[in-house]
Amino acid sequence: MSGAVVVAGYALRESVRRRVFVVVLLLTLAFLGLFAFATAKVFEHTDEFTVGRNIGSLDAIGLVASTMLGLGMFAILFLATVLAVFLTLGAVRGDAERGLLQPLVVRPLGRTSLLLGRFAAAASVCAVYVAFVYGATTLIVHQASGRWPDTVLGPGLALIGGSAVIVALALLGSVFLSATANGIVTFMLFGAGLVAGLMQSIADGIGSHSLGQIAHTIAIALPFEALYQAGLHALTANQTGFTGALIQLGPFGSSHAGGIGLDLWALAYVALALAIAAWGFARRDL
Amino acid sequence: MWPPPAPPSQIASPRVTPALSVAALHKRYGRTTALHGVDLDVEPGELVGLLGPNGAGKSTLVKIACGLVRPSGGQAQVCGAPAGSREARRALGYLAELFRFPGWARAEEVLALHQRLAGSDGGAVERTELLDLVDLLDARGRRVEAMSKGMQQRLGIAQALVGGPRLLLLDEPTSALDPVGRRMVRELLERLRERGVAVLLNSHLLSEVELVCDRVAILAGGRVVAAGRPSELVHAGGVEVETAGGVRRFAQATREQVPQLVAELVGAGEQIYGVRVLTSSLEEAYLDAVGGRQEGAA
Repeated sequence: MSGAVVVAGYALRESVRRRVFVVVLLLTLAFLGLFAFATAKVFEHTDEFTVGRNIGSLDAIGLVASTMLGLGMFAILFLATVLAVFLTLGAVRGDAERGLLQPLVVRPLGRTSLLLGRFAAAASVCAVYVAFVYGATTLIVHQASGRWPDTVLGPGLALIGGSAVIVALALLGSVFLSATANGIVTFMLFGAGLVAGLMQSIADGIGSHSLGQIAHTIAIALPFEALYQAGLHALTANQTGFTGALIQLGPFGSSHAGGIGLDLWALAYVALALAIAAWGFARRDL
Repeated sequence: MWPPPAPPSQIASPRVTPALSVAALHKRYGRTTALHGVDLDVEPGELVGLLGPNGAGKSTLVKIACGLVRPSGGQAQVCGAPAGSREARRALGYLAELFRFPGWARAEEVLALHQRLAGSDGGAVERTELLDLVDLLDARGRRVEAMSKGMQQRLGIAQALVGGPRLLLLDEPTSALDPVGRRMVRELLERLRERGVAVLLNSHLLSEVELVCDRVAILAGGRVVAAGRPSELVHAGGVEVETAGGVRRFAQATREQVPQLVAELVGAGEQIYGVRVLTSSLEEAYLDAVGGRQEGAA
């Protein structure tokens, strides 16, 4: 296990000292700037949305705040996916092809320790990143609307869990695929999860049970999506009535309650992905 | 940092566990067979050169020894432990033919990382000694991406020596070095031999192998086609005698026959100005052994 800790420390230093990390930070600051600007503008016009309209029990500020936070979560999951992919896409086959892996693997640490170290480092970097950006977007929305999410911690933890699932998938892909192919496959999986969320929204809107089942199955098969949906749900857990219904159909995917079952499934999923990665890595000639 | 010099009796003793022992080693990559039952031992303190054309199986053999590649058959042991096991990897140092260190890391950071991975407690003293050994002490704070290829190669050699390995596997260690760097590596190898470190040197540079290696194994098509001391592999090439009538060559004559040959020529009225015993070079022995095999033939 000490080998895994050494590798994790090495991978953490690599994460923050590669130029790509600076690029991600700059893009994130640009995103947060634009998000703050857009949020301020949206809340300037919230009154125009409600005045003179018969909208019954609609909580306009709550709806707009939830929608903006939903947008923030969607962007955070996307950015975390980009970061996770860049940190892990070439961790095994890519690094072996470049000659970076061999000097490490001949040392007396197991290949499984090396994988666990890489996972721990990438998942930690993504977790800190997600926590920072989620905290910033929540503060921005609170600043503009005076509202907090119904559950502050839940959505952030769900996003952190989702990013860990993506790291595990990208690491698994890095054992069997070249860096480029792995990047493409991981983004396709992210896209598949996104489509599942949109399908679920459509299914909820038109009341299609079978479409909903398909979307739910995909979300469970790609638990980062199920966790994201659970995070969206936690944002507005206490919203009811017309506002709650509108939020359910929000533009950034459907929201569904998570729970301990989903958390355990996501944990098992990550463990299974890492176990398959370790199995494949142990049999790979370098 | 390194183990103390081994007593000569220990180096020569046949009862000492070989640093590397390979028996009936086979390796197949799909339909291609890279190694066809290779046998090779490297004793402690012995410097063995591995020669052969591209695709002969040299790098595969070295990679099996350090656990990067799994054999399809046969056995490979490092200091008595199965190749690839934790014990085996603890005993060896390895420099790959194609390797890179992360560009963002500084020379000293690279060595510190490998110290932690190898479980070395040498600390800053060991790092300083190793960097001094490969003439990189002034570049200890330099990033890898700012180093020349030769400097990176020397850093690779220093990395392979972290933790004082008992077996050193070097795959083309001088490929990126200038003549001064090559000489430095030769001197380093000789120092390691004095300290009882076994070295398997995979190189295309025959002259280099001839200069430093105790034994040579020539691989071709995944088989050992010749092995022995360099002096055993080269063979007599005749005798040249410079006479008043010009240089005469006696192709079948040996060194021992020179006095008789000279006596006969003088007796026949020839005036002798010089005599030279000819031997083939390792290069000629190598070409004879591989028999003009095509690159990549397995």
